[in-house]
Amino acid sequence: MMQFMLLFSRQGKLRLQKWYVPLSDKERKKISRDLVQTILARKPKMCSFLEWRDLKIVYKRYASLYFCCAVEDQDNELITLEIIHRYVELLDKYFGSVCELDIIFNFEKAYFILDEFLLGGEAQETSKKNVLKAIEQADLLQEEAEAPRSVLEEIGLT
Amino acid sequence: MPAVSKGDGMRGLAVFISDIRNCKSKEAEIKRINKELANIRSKFKGDKALDGYSKKKYVCKLLFIFLLGHDIDFGHMEAVNLLSSNKYTEKQIGYLFISVLVNSNSELIRLINNAIKNDLSSRNPTFMCLALHCIANVGSREMAEAFASEIPRILVAGDTMDSVKQSAALCLLRLYKTSPDLVLMGEWTSRVVHLLNDQHMGVVTAAISLITCLSQKNPDEFKTCVSLAVSRLSRIVSSASTDLQDYTYYFVPAPWLSCKLLRLLQCYPPPEDGAVKGRLVECLETILNKAQEPPKSKKVQHSNAKNAILFEAISLIIHYDSEPNLLVRACNQLGQFLQHRETNLRYLALESMCTLASSEFSHEAVKTHIETVINALKTERDVSVRQRAADLLYAMCDRSNAKQIVAEMLSYLETADYSIREEMVLKVAILAEKYAVDYSWYVDTILNLIRIAGDYVSEEVWYRVIQIVINRDDVQGYAAKTVFEALQAPACHENMVKVGGYILGEFGNLIAGDPRSSPLVQFNLLHSKFHLCSVPTRALLLSAYIKFINLFPETKATIQEVLRCDSQIRNSDVELQQRAVEYLKLSSIASTDVLATVLEEMPPFPERESSILAKLKKKKGPGAVSVTELEDGKRESGELNGSGERGQDAAAMAASNASTPSPSADLLGIRSAAPVNAAPASAGSLLVDVFSEVGPAAPSGAVNDDGFLRFVCKNNGVLFENQLLQIGIKSEYRQNLGRMYLFYGNKTSVQFASFSTTVSCPGELQNQLNVQSKPVEPLVEGGAQIQQVLNIECLTDFSDAPLLNIKFRYGGALQNLTLKLPVTINKFFQPTEMASQDFFQRWKQLSQPQQEAQKIFKANHSMDTEVIKAKLLGLGMALLDNVDPNPENYVCAGVVQTKSQQVGCLLRLEPNAQAQVPVPAAGLPSL
Repeated sequence: MMQFMLLFSRQGKLRLQKWYVPLSDKERKKISRDLVQTILARKPKMCSFLEWRDLKIVYKRYASLYFCCAVEDQDNELITLEIIHRYVELLDKYFGSVCELDIIFNFEKAYFILDEFLLGGEAQETSKKNVLKAIEQADLLQEEAEAPRSVLEEIGLT
Repeated sequence: MPAVSKGDGMRGLAVFISDIRNCKSKEAEIKRINKELANIRSKFKGDKALDGYSKKKYVCKLLFIFLLGHDIDFGHMEAVNLLSSNKYTEKQIGYLFISVLVNSNSELIRLINNAIKNDLSSRNPTFMCLALHCIANVGSREMAEAFASEIPRILVAGDTMDSVKQSAALCLLRLYKTSPDLVLMGEWTSRVVHLLNDQHMGVVTAAISLITCLSQKNPDEFKTCVSLAVSRLSRIVSSASTDLQDYTYYFVPAPWLSCKLLRLLQCYPPPEDGAVKGRLVECLETILNKAQEPPKSKKVQHSNAKNAILFEAISLIIHYDSEPNLLVRACNQLGQFLQHRETNLRYLALESMCTLASSEFSHEAVKTHIETVINALKTERDVSVRQRAADLLYAMCDRSNAKQIVAEMLSYLETADYSIREEMVLKVAILAEKYAVDYSWYVDTILNLIRIAGDYVSEEVWYRVIQIVINRDDVQGYAAKTVFEALQAPACHENMVKVGGYILGEFGNLIAGDPRSSPLVQFNLLHSKFHLCSVPTRALLLSAYIKFINLFPETKATIQEVLRCDSQIRNSDVELQQRAVEYLKLSSIASTDVLATVLEEMPPFPERESSILAKLKKKKGPGAVSVTELEDGKRESGELNGSGERGQDAAAMAASNASTPSPSADLLGIRSAAPVNAAPASAGSLLVDVFSEVGPAAPSGAVNDDGFLRFVCKNNGVLFENQLLQIGIKSEYRQNLGRMYLFYGNKTSVQFASFSTTVSCPGELQNQLNVQSKPVEPLVEGGAQIQQVLNIECLTDFSDAPLLNIKFRYGGALQNLTLKLPVTINKFFQPTEMASQDFFQRWKQLSQPQQEAQKIFKANHSMDTEVIKAKLLGLGMALLDNVDPNPENYVCAGVVQTKSQQVGCLLRLEPNAQAQVPVPAAGLPSL
């Protein structure tokens, strides 16, 4: 089972964090700090897996973003690597060639997509089509429900 | 500039995020955030009711601020309000906030649970999924209490949409992991297993994670999943790459599901049904074959997905450990990967081979790759890969290649990364000891270790070399010579000085004949290092000096001079000063005899588990360190490898013993004597084997009654001891009542978890003996001892013993142990004094066959009067003097106190130094 997933930039800024095990805020911060440091210190050609505490860390860099997952001892590293890739594909398809900014400005969408794909640290739906269908349906619901907004809101002043 | 903003796009949020990104400094960011927080707080507190959209936007801003790493202490209520909105996006943001930021404010949880309940019963699949996601993300106990019974219903209901089923399965998994006690097995469980047959691949993918977890905990209840999983796997493996449409990933059919199926099968032994097994073996062969086929795509995703399945299949093959053909094929496949250009594959191949090395079928096949692995250790650029290579070398080491592997590890140590040096040192030390054929090689290796990586040589390592040298006199001379030479180096590590000081102090005499290492030369060499050393080493050297005075009287003057100088005798360190003063005094006033006695050569150390192995275990966690045992065939005592397995063996034997209790054999059967048929009455069972000391231990598995017999005549002592656990007993008895204190001591440095004990009275005994105990604490810290009190009441006479079952987890492994508790009928004896006349009168009355038991046995030991007396007193009866006309005989009387009756017993022991010892005894039910 996956224990958590972190997305962070080359500068070490956390862009998304998903925790599948109960941990205190303090522990989460410490883990993120430790791992971001460890991974950023590694050289490009190094292998994508490392032992960390009693977990296996699987990470991969896409452009300026690092995707990093922690899985348990008996979990499969390669299939975890492809979990990361499938998630990147989902983001890419949804945003249309995704970049870091998309994830910053639409962080809630990144979370929604992840929840459709992985739940409780396990793959829920691995078909790209099915995941995106679920998200698009939700987007449709959203547009139907759109309410008129004030002028102030339109120009972003509130 | 905000990038694309899909859907509605909360513009206010986008502007805020841009602002934050434009902040030039941390301070500016905090300032901007505080401004925003104040704004949101005033909006939330304002008189004007906020519309749903604004609420959503502000909650989302708060979430963003939280994810930036700032604390958020308000807004929860607004988020909860959003949950009951009719608008999907508002609800969605509300749920997201709760998922990320839930706190266990009970009032809030109640409201959240209410909203979830509404959504679950809404029959709107999108809302249901949102609610299920929230439960799965939070997974708190309160949620489990509220929904653990509802979700199984949703999962197996016929009209539930596929997407809802998927979420429900994983939601239930999360609840089961957090609160297994609240998820009750029931009718739904069998229907869940059949989800493996579901048409919708997504449903299978989600459900199988749940099934795997449930199977691990309740294997019997779920064992039908094995054949279902095999047939599903077989269909996937044999499908063409396009059959599964969107579940095909880079030309690999359903890689995630395949891996999960193979994982599920690892919860079970190989299928018993021949057809199922045949089908599975076929699948595994197909997977291995596919690895040899040319890739269908050059993309790394294709090969990763394919190899993910391959590695999972290999894990299953290793788990079964029963198909030599598949094991060797797996090994060959991994061998190819060892030289693959992908670092990831090399890493995984090394890792997977480590487990293959411990299978007897593939151990030899793994060994053929030794050169490649050594090469990896030398040339891999990534330290984590080198670490794997070192682990594999350790795992594949046996007597045939130990010298080569140890030499390679030593040479690697010279340049090894600091992060893995200590572990490497431990591994080298363990292998060197384990596979040492001649101990001079062992000594050389350890001294090399100290020379190369002295800083990483922990105390355990150098203690161990000293223990071994002291215990083996064939290596002592060599050790002395070698340390003497090693100390010649101008700069040598302090650990070398410690070993040198100790060994020369003990065995310096063995090389003193050579003028080049005469006593004074040895002393001067040691003393030349003295001033560079830390206090503990100096203390050790001072002890070496006083030993020198004993070994070589000619050095006495020189050494006394050293001890007498101010830097020693007035040293500011109390320990050093004390040693200097005492040693000086000892050497001046004690006669040579006294000196020789005080400073006699150290006695051999008791053989026990290598402390280094314990240390490595502590570093890596138990289970991670087993050295392969294939070559040795049997496990030597003194090693803890695979203690988990051994614990289970012992438990299995204990269980079989427990199921066939043999009361008369235990109480009457005197070890060396033939079975006695003439002792049917209860009185007969008093003839206990008190005269034969328990011999040199039965096989280690049959631990249970070993300690038992020793307690027939005593009440306190150690009942049981192995490398993990020691159990001590103190007990006291009065009339028909007894109290027993059990002391469980954890001998390791690792915590025992789930520690539990049960006392049971098998068979008839439950009507004869009443034993009550309080449960013990489930955790026993390393080195700690816990106590348990048993209250015992003897209802009537009995011949069985109660059983004590102990279970706990040590590292990952469950330990299970069953012991006989030493509660025997004689514990309830009340000694009775009587005169000679009375005794023989009663003796004669007890003439019926069932009132009498006689036994003749050979004494196992010389018949020492005091020992026999002590034993008889320990039995609990009164020893009557001047009763028997023959003073050689022993005569005893006592009354067994039970709740229902009192039984008077008389005993006569007639030792016969020439022949045998008859023990007639008689018992008289007094009522």
